[in-house]
Amino acid sequence: MDIFKLFSKKSSSKDVAKDRLKLVLIHDRANVSTQLLEILKTDIIKVITNYMEIDEAELDIQISQATNDGGVNVPMLVANIPILSLKRDRHS
Amino acid sequence: MSEIIVITSGKGGVGKTTTSANLGTGIAAQGKRVVMVDADIGLRNLDVIMGLENRIVYDIIDVIEGNCRLKQALIRDKRNENLCLLPAAQTRDKNAISPEQMQKLCEQLKEDFDYVIIDCPAGIEQGFKNAIAGADRAIVVTTPEVSAVRDADRIIGLLEASELRNPLLILNRIRPDMVKRGDMMTLDDVTDILAIDVLGIVPDDESIVVSSNKGEPAVLDETSRAGAAFRNITRRLMGEDVPMIDLEEQSGFISSIMKMFKKK
Repeated sequence: MDIFKLFSKKSSSKDVAKDRLKLVLIHDRANVSTQLLEILKTDIIKVITNYMEIDEAELDIQISQATNDGGVNVPMLVANIPILSLKRDRHS
Repeated sequence: MSEIIVITSGKGGVGKTTTSANLGTGIAAQGKRVVMVDADIGLRNLDVIMGLENRIVYDIIDVIEGNCRLKQALIRDKRNENLCLLPAAQTRDKNAISPEQMQKLCEQLKEDFDYVIIDCPAGIEQGFKNAIAGADRAIVVTTPEVSAVRDADRIIGLLEASELRNPLLILNRIRPDMVKRGDMMTLDDVTDILAIDVLGIVPDDESIVVSSNKGEPAVLDETSRAGAAFRNITRRLMGEDVPMIDLEEQSGFISSIMKMFKKK
Protein backbone atom coordinates (compact mmCIF):
# COMPACT_ATOMS: atom_id res chain seq x y z
CA MET A 1 0.00 0.00 0.00
CA ASP A 2 2.77 2.42 0.93
CA ILE A 3 4.75 1.52 -2.18
CA PHE A 4 1.66 2.19 -4.22
CA LYS A 5 1.36 5.59 -2.56
CA LEU A 6 4.99 6.35 -3.33
CA PHE A 7 4.48 5.99 -7.05
CA SER A 8 1.12 7.66 -7.36
CA LYS A 9 1.12 11.39 -7.93
CA LYS A 10 -1.68 11.95 -5.46
CA SER A 11 -1.08 15.05 -3.32
CA SER A 12 -0.62 14.66 0.43
CA SER A 13 -3.71 14.82 2.59
CA LYS A 14 -2.71 18.12 4.13
CA ASP A 15 -2.80 19.75 0.69
CA VAL A 16 -6.26 18.32 0.19
CA ALA A 17 -7.25 19.75 3.59
CA LYS A 18 -5.82 23.15 2.73
CA ASP A 19 -7.56 23.34 -0.64
CA ARG A 20 -10.89 22.29 0.82
CA LEU A 21 -10.55 24.79 3.64
CA LYS A 22 -9.72 27.63 1.27
CA LEU A 23 -12.81 26.95 -0.77
CA VAL A 24 -15.13 26.54 2.19
CA LEU A 25 -13.81 29.74 3.77
CA ILE A 26 -14.46 31.74 0.62
CA HIS A 27 -18.12 30.85 1.03
CA ASP A 28 -18.09 31.37 4.81
CA ARG A 29 -16.46 34.76 4.54
CA ALA A 30 -18.52 35.96 1.60
CA ASN A 31 -21.63 34.91 3.50
CA VAL A 32 -23.20 33.79 0.22
CA SER A 33 -25.67 30.94 0.54
CA THR A 34 -26.48 28.46 -2.20
CA GLN A 35 -30.01 29.86 -2.31
CA LEU A 36 -28.62 33.33 -2.97
CA LEU A 37 -26.45 31.92 -5.77
CA GLU A 38 -29.53 30.28 -7.28
CA ILE A 39 -31.46 33.56 -7.21
CA LEU A 40 -28.47 35.34 -8.73
CA LYS A 41 -28.30 32.69 -11.43
CA THR A 42 -31.98 33.13 -12.33
CA ASP A 43 -31.56 36.90 -12.53
CA ILE A 44 -28.45 36.67 -14.68
CA ILE A 45 -30.22 34.29 -17.06
CA LYS A 46 -33.16 36.69 -17.26
CA VAL A 47 -30.94 39.62 -18.23
CA ILE A 48 -28.66 37.79 -20.65
CA THR A 49 -31.46 36.07 -22.56
CA ASN A 50 -32.64 39.55 -23.57
CA TYR A 51 -29.51 39.83 -25.65
CA MET A 52 -28.45 36.31 -26.60
CA GLU A 53 -29.55 32.71 -26.48
CA ILE A 54 -27.62 30.79 -23.87
CA ASP A 55 -27.30 27.17 -22.85
CA GLU A 56 -29.01 27.29 -19.46
CA ALA A 57 -28.26 23.65 -18.66
CA GLU A 58 -24.52 24.24 -18.97
CA LEU A 59 -24.52 27.56 -17.14
CA ASP A 60 -22.23 27.56 -14.12
CA ILE A 61 -21.93 30.28 -11.49
CA GLN A 62 -19.74 30.00 -8.43
CA ILE A 63 -17.76 31.94 -5.90
CA SER A 64 -14.08 31.30 -6.39
CA GLN A 65 -10.81 32.92 -5.43
CA ALA A 66 -8.43 35.13 -7.34
CA THR A 67 -5.23 36.95 -6.52
CA ASN A 68 -5.37 40.72 -6.98
CA ASP A 69 -2.49 43.01 -7.99
CA GLY A 70 -1.30 43.26 -4.42
CA GLY A 71 -0.94 39.47 -4.19
CA VAL A 72 -3.92 39.23 -1.82
CA ASN A 73 -6.51 36.51 -2.30
CA VAL A 74 -9.95 37.97 -2.94
CA PRO A 75 -13.28 36.27 -3.60
CA MET A 76 -14.40 36.31 -7.22
CA LEU A 77 -17.71 35.55 -8.86
CA VAL A 78 -17.04 33.24 -11.79
CA ALA A 79 -19.76 32.73 -14.39
CA ASN A 80 -19.36 30.34 -17.26
CA ILE A 81 -22.21 30.95 -19.69
CA PRO A 82 -22.13 29.14 -23.06
CA ILE A 83 -23.77 31.18 -25.85
CA LEU A 84 -25.91 29.29 -28.36
CA SER A 85 -26.56 32.24 -30.63
CA LEU A 86 -26.50 36.02 -30.54
CA LYS A 87 -29.79 37.81 -31.09
CA ARG A 88 -28.44 40.23 -33.65
CA ASP A 89 -31.81 41.71 -34.48
CA ARG A 90 -31.98 43.48 -31.08
CA HIS A 91 -28.96 45.63 -31.90
CA SER A 92 -29.64 47.01 -35.29
CA MET B 1 -1.39 48.43 33.46
CA SER B 2 -3.38 45.24 33.70
CA GLU B 3 -4.67 43.31 30.75
CA ILE B 4 -7.74 41.16 30.10
CA ILE B 5 -7.13 38.29 27.69
CA VAL B 6 -9.83 35.94 26.41
CA ILE B 7 -8.92 32.43 25.24
CA THR B 8 -11.32 31.34 22.52
CA SER B 9 -11.62 28.89 19.61
CA GLY B 10 -15.13 28.34 18.28
CA LYS B 11 -14.82 24.59 18.12
CA GLY B 12 -14.86 22.61 21.37
CA GLY B 13 -12.12 20.29 22.50
CA VAL B 14 -9.18 22.04 20.86
CA GLY B 15 -7.55 23.05 24.15
CA LYS B 16 -9.01 26.34 25.36
CA THR B 17 -9.18 25.30 29.00
CA THR B 18 -5.76 23.65 28.94
CA THR B 19 -4.34 26.80 27.35
CA SER B 20 -6.04 29.04 29.92
CA ALA B 21 -4.70 26.95 32.81
CA ASN B 22 -1.17 26.88 31.42
CA LEU B 23 -1.00 30.55 30.49
CA GLY B 24 -2.47 31.60 33.84
CA THR B 25 -0.04 29.39 35.73
CA GLY B 26 2.85 30.40 33.49
CA ILE B 27 2.31 34.13 33.89
CA ALA B 28 1.87 33.79 37.65
CA ALA B 29 5.15 31.86 37.78
CA GLN B 30 6.78 35.01 36.34
CA GLY B 31 5.69 36.88 39.44
CA LYS B 32 2.58 38.60 38.07
CA ARG B 33 -0.79 38.61 39.81
CA VAL B 34 -3.18 36.57 37.67
CA VAL B 35 -6.84 35.64 37.90
CA MET B 36 -8.38 33.02 35.64
CA VAL B 37 -12.09 33.36 34.96
CA ASP B 38 -14.02 30.27 33.87
CA ALA B 39 -16.71 31.74 31.61
CA ASP B 40 -18.10 28.36 30.60
CA ILE B 41 -21.23 28.58 32.76
CA GLY B 42 -22.89 25.18 33.17
CA LEU B 43 -19.83 23.25 31.97
CA ARG B 44 -17.26 24.15 34.60
CA ASN B 45 -13.85 22.64 33.90
CA LEU B 46 -10.98 25.00 34.58
CA ASP B 47 -11.22 24.08 38.29
CA VAL B 48 -10.46 20.39 37.68
CA ILE B 49 -7.67 21.14 35.23
CA MET B 50 -6.13 23.34 37.94
CA GLY B 51 -6.81 20.75 40.65
CA LEU B 52 -8.91 23.23 42.64
CA GLU B 53 -12.31 21.55 42.39
CA ASN B 54 -12.52 20.78 46.12
CA ARG B 55 -12.14 24.39 47.18
CA ILE B 56 -15.11 25.95 45.44
CA VAL B 57 -17.66 27.64 47.68
CA TYR B 58 -19.00 30.51 45.56
CA ASP B 59 -18.91 31.01 41.80
CA ILE B 60 -19.10 33.76 39.18
CA ILE B 61 -22.91 33.86 39.24
CA ASP B 62 -22.89 34.30 43.02
CA VAL B 63 -20.67 37.34 42.53
CA ILE B 64 -22.84 38.79 39.79
CA GLU B 65 -26.07 38.21 41.70
CA GLY B 66 -24.59 39.69 44.87
CA ASN B 67 -24.72 36.49 46.98
CA CYS B 68 -21.11 37.04 47.96
CA ARG B 69 -18.29 39.51 47.59
CA LEU B 70 -15.85 39.07 44.70
CA LYS B 71 -12.99 38.22 47.07
CA GLN B 72 -15.02 35.40 48.68
CA ALA B 73 -15.47 33.64 45.34
CA LEU B 74 -11.81 33.81 44.31
CA ILE B 75 -9.92 30.57 44.92
CA ARG B 76 -6.22 30.84 45.55
CA ASP B 77 -4.02 28.37 43.67
CA LYS B 78 -2.28 25.61 45.66
CA ARG B 79 1.11 26.24 44.13
CA ASN B 80 1.26 30.00 43.59
CA GLU B 81 -0.29 32.65 45.77
CA ASN B 82 -0.21 35.16 42.89
CA LEU B 83 -2.76 33.03 41.05
CA CYS B 84 -6.53 32.92 41.59
CA LEU B 85 -9.49 31.24 39.92
CA LEU B 86 -13.01 32.55 39.61
CA PRO B 87 -14.99 29.36 38.93
CA ALA B 88 -18.01 29.07 36.65
CA ALA B 89 -21.40 28.07 38.03
CA GLN B 90 -22.23 24.47 37.30
CA THR B 91 -26.00 24.52 37.83
CA ARG B 92 -26.85 27.56 35.75
CA ASP B 93 -26.70 28.36 32.05
CA LYS B 94 -25.09 30.99 29.86
CA ASN B 95 -28.11 33.30 30.01
CA ALA B 96 -27.62 33.86 33.75
CA ILE B 97 -25.07 36.54 32.87
CA SER B 98 -24.99 39.49 30.46
CA PRO B 99 -22.08 41.06 28.55
CA GLU B 100 -22.50 44.25 30.60
CA GLN B 101 -22.22 42.33 33.89
CA MET B 102 -19.13 40.55 32.58
CA GLN B 103 -17.56 43.87 31.58
CA LYS B 104 -18.19 45.27 35.05
CA LEU B 105 -16.70 42.17 36.67
CA CYS B 106 -13.59 42.41 34.51
CA GLU B 107 -13.10 46.06 35.49
CA GLN B 108 -13.32 45.05 39.14
CA LEU B 109 -10.76 42.25 38.67
CA LYS B 110 -8.39 44.64 36.90
CA GLU B 111 -7.97 46.56 40.14
CA ASP B 112 -6.34 43.64 41.94
CA PHE B 113 -4.63 41.69 39.15
CA ASP B 114 -2.06 42.29 36.40
CA TYR B 115 -3.64 39.74 34.10
CA VAL B 116 -7.21 38.48 33.77
CA ILE B 117 -7.38 35.28 31.71
CA ILE B 118 -10.89 34.39 30.52
CA ASP B 119 -11.63 30.82 29.45
CA CYS B 120 -14.33 31.17 26.79
CA PRO B 121 -16.92 28.44 26.15
CA ALA B 122 -17.13 26.76 22.73
CA GLY B 123 -19.64 28.13 20.25
CA ILE B 124 -20.57 31.61 19.05
CA GLU B 125 -23.70 32.22 21.13
CA GLN B 126 -24.39 34.02 24.39
CA GLY B 127 -21.52 32.40 26.30
CA PHE B 128 -19.01 33.57 23.70
CA LYS B 129 -20.45 37.09 23.67
CA ASN B 130 -20.25 37.24 27.48
CA ALA B 131 -16.68 35.95 27.58
CA ILE B 132 -15.30 38.47 25.08
CA ALA B 133 -17.28 41.44 26.41
CA GLY B 134 -14.64 42.70 28.82
CA ALA B 135 -11.52 41.57 26.97
CA ASP B 136 -8.69 43.78 25.71
CA ARG B 137 -7.06 41.04 23.67
CA ALA B 138 -8.04 37.67 22.27
CA ILE B 139 -6.13 34.46 21.74
CA VAL B 140 -7.55 31.98 19.24
CA VAL B 141 -6.66 28.33 19.85
CA THR B 142 -6.97 25.86 17.01
CA THR B 143 -5.65 22.46 15.94
CA PRO B 144 -4.41 21.63 12.42
CA GLU B 145 -7.75 20.12 11.35
CA VAL B 146 -10.20 21.47 8.80
CA SER B 147 -13.13 21.77 11.21
CA ALA B 148 -11.10 23.57 13.90
CA VAL B 149 -9.48 25.97 11.42
CA ARG B 150 -12.82 26.74 9.82
CA ASP B 151 -14.35 27.58 13.20
CA ALA B 152 -11.28 29.64 14.11
CA ASP B 153 -11.81 31.70 10.97
CA ARG B 154 -15.40 32.35 11.97
CA ILE B 155 -14.32 33.35 15.47
CA ILE B 156 -11.68 35.74 14.10
CA GLY B 157 -14.41 37.40 12.03
CA LEU B 158 -16.70 37.71 15.05
CA LEU B 159 -13.89 39.06 17.25
CA GLU B 160 -13.10 41.73 14.70
CA ALA B 161 -16.78 42.63 14.45
CA SER B 162 -16.69 43.12 18.23
CA GLU B 163 -13.72 45.49 17.96
CA LEU B 164 -11.28 42.88 19.29
CA ARG B 165 -8.72 43.32 16.55
CA ASN B 166 -5.48 41.46 15.93
CA PRO B 167 -6.19 38.23 17.83
CA LEU B 168 -3.19 35.96 18.31
CA LEU B 169 -3.05 32.33 17.21
CA ILE B 170 -2.01 29.27 19.18
CA LEU B 171 -1.75 26.17 17.03
CA ASN B 172 -2.26 23.26 19.38
CA ARG B 173 -1.66 19.52 19.11
CA ILE B 174 0.78 19.44 16.24
CA ARG B 175 2.18 16.01 15.46
CA PRO B 176 5.63 16.41 13.88
CA ASP B 177 5.58 12.85 12.48
CA MET B 178 2.34 13.53 10.61
CA VAL B 179 3.57 16.94 9.43
CA LYS B 180 6.68 15.22 8.07
CA ARG B 181 4.54 12.76 6.10
CA GLY B 182 2.46 15.58 4.68
CA ASP B 183 -0.61 14.36 6.52
CA MET B 184 -1.02 17.36 8.80
CA MET B 185 -1.19 21.07 8.05
CA THR B 186 1.81 23.06 9.24
CA LEU B 187 1.85 26.40 11.05
CA ASP B 188 2.53 28.08 7.71
CA ASP B 189 -0.47 26.36 6.13
CA VAL B 190 -2.75 27.51 8.92
CA THR B 191 -1.47 31.11 9.06
CA ASP B 192 -1.70 31.24 5.27
CA ILE B 193 -5.41 30.53 5.63
CA LEU B 194 -6.25 32.49 8.77
CA ALA B 195 -3.90 35.45 8.17
CA ILE B 196 -3.31 36.32 11.85
CA ASP B 197 -0.19 36.71 13.99
CA VAL B 198 1.14 33.65 15.76
CA LEU B 199 1.64 33.47 19.51
CA GLY B 200 2.93 29.92 19.50
CA ILE B 201 2.68 26.26 18.65
CA VAL B 202 2.13 23.36 21.02
CA PRO B 203 3.02 19.77 20.13
CA ASP B 204 0.56 16.95 20.75
CA ASP B 205 1.84 15.51 23.99
CA GLU B 206 0.72 12.73 26.30
CA SER B 207 1.95 14.75 29.26
CA ILE B 208 -1.08 17.03 28.81
CA VAL B 209 -3.36 14.09 29.60
CA VAL B 210 -1.21 13.18 32.60
CA SER B 211 -1.22 16.76 33.84
CA SER B 212 -4.99 17.04 33.55
CA ASN B 213 -5.33 13.70 35.34
CA LYS B 214 -3.36 15.15 38.24
CA GLY B 215 -4.73 18.67 38.08
CA GLU B 216 -1.25 20.15 37.63
CA PRO B 217 -0.69 22.37 34.58
CA ALA B 218 2.07 21.04 32.27
CA VAL B 219 3.73 24.44 32.17
CA LEU B 220 5.22 23.61 35.59
CA ASP B 221 6.58 20.26 34.37
CA GLU B 222 10.18 20.73 33.21
CA THR B 223 10.14 17.45 31.29
CA SER B 224 6.94 18.13 29.31
CA ARG B 225 7.38 19.25 25.69
CA ALA B 226 3.94 20.85 25.65
CA GLY B 227 4.85 22.49 28.96
CA ALA B 228 7.99 23.96 27.38
CA ALA B 229 5.86 25.26 24.50
CA PHE B 230 3.50 26.93 26.99
CA ARG B 231 6.44 28.47 28.84
CA ASN B 232 7.59 30.02 25.55
CA ILE B 233 4.08 31.24 24.78
CA THR B 234 3.83 32.80 28.24
CA ARG B 235 7.06 34.73 27.75
CA ARG B 236 5.98 35.87 24.29
CA LEU B 237 2.63 37.02 25.66
CA MET B 238 4.49 39.10 28.23
CA GLY B 239 6.41 40.84 25.48
CA GLU B 240 9.60 38.81 25.29
CA ASP B 241 11.02 37.83 21.90
CA VAL B 242 11.25 34.03 22.00
CA PRO B 243 11.97 31.98 18.86
CA MET B 244 9.48 29.28 17.84
CA ILE B 245 10.36 25.76 18.96
CA ASP B 246 11.56 23.44 16.24
CA LEU B 247 9.22 20.47 16.39
CA GLU B 248 11.18 18.50 13.83
CA GLU B 249 14.24 18.45 16.00
CA GLN B 250 12.27 17.40 19.04
CA SER B 251 10.75 14.43 17.28
CA GLY B 252 14.13 13.33 16.02
CA PHE B 253 17.21 11.73 17.37
CA ILE B 254 17.76 13.75 20.54
CA SER B 255 14.27 13.35 21.90
CA SER B 256 14.31 9.62 21.18
CA ILE B 257 17.36 9.35 23.38
CA MET B 258 15.76 11.54 26.02
CA LYS B 259 12.68 9.35 25.95
CA MET B 260 14.84 6.27 26.47
CA PHE B 261 16.32 7.83 29.56
CA LYS B 262 12.96 8.95 30.88
CA LYS B 263 11.57 5.46 30.73
CA LYS B 264 14.23 4.12 33.05
